[in-house]
Amino acid sequence: MAATVRLQREPFDAASETEKLRRGRSDIGAVVTFTGICRGDEAGAPLLAMTLEHYPNMAEAEIARHVAAAERRWPLLGVAVVHRYGRLQPGEDIVLVVTAAAHRQDAFAAAEFLMDYLKTRAPFWKQIELAGGGRTDKIWVEAKRSDDALADRWTPSSGRRAAE
Amino acid sequence: MKLRYFAWVRERIGKPEEEIDPPAGVATIAELVTWLSQRGEEYAHAFENPRVIRAAIDRAHVRSDAAISGAREIAFFPPMTGG
Repeated sequence: MAATVRLQREPFDAASETEKLRRGRSDIGAVVTFTGICRGDEAGAPLLAMTLEHYPNMAEAEIARHVAAAERRWPLLGVAVVHRYGRLQPGEDIVLVVTAAAHRQDAFAAAEFLMDYLKTRAPFWKQIELAGGGRTDKIWVEAKRSDDALADRWTPSSGRRAAE
Repeated sequence: MKLRYFAWVRERIGKPEEEIDPPAGVATIAELVTWLSQRGEEYAHAFENPRVIRAAIDRAHVRSDAAISGAREIAFFPPMTGG
């Protein structure tokens, strides 16, 4: 299965990544495209910018492991994950997940699975700069328990969500 | 072995990486954290709450009871906030 996993500083083009997955295929009946975007607020406080630090090499390897896991769970016909790093401003894209399958249930489920794992296991760390008051401090964003709970849904022992 | 630090773990320790040679008695990630904490205040500060520290050996997540022998690169970092 064609899988793209890429880390980059520059913005990505979701339409172009999707087109690459679909090109020349007649077996794909469903493509799901998810874009994660830098919002203008963090817990209600207005944001100037967000900086993403990452662990090079491990980030690609970890994302690739989850793409392989998604491939084992669903009959996917293509996956692309592009994750940016560096300093981003509100409104900018952070992450792209594209999944392709014959049928929509598999494409939707795999995209959600990949995002839930990206949120909890991909080695990136966000810092934010808040607007106002001349503050130049960057504040580390804390991981959310709700993200851990979402990722836990996919493990067999939870039994709350069928992934077949 | 090489140690790498990320996010506020790196900030508290004051460097992104270093080479270390832990003694034979330090066999697991948890024991390595304890040993590192004794190296100085900055390490103690970084590892003051071991339960929020995550580790990777050779670029794969591991638990705190993982054995460190044979590791080429060990990284310590806070819970991740990617995606």
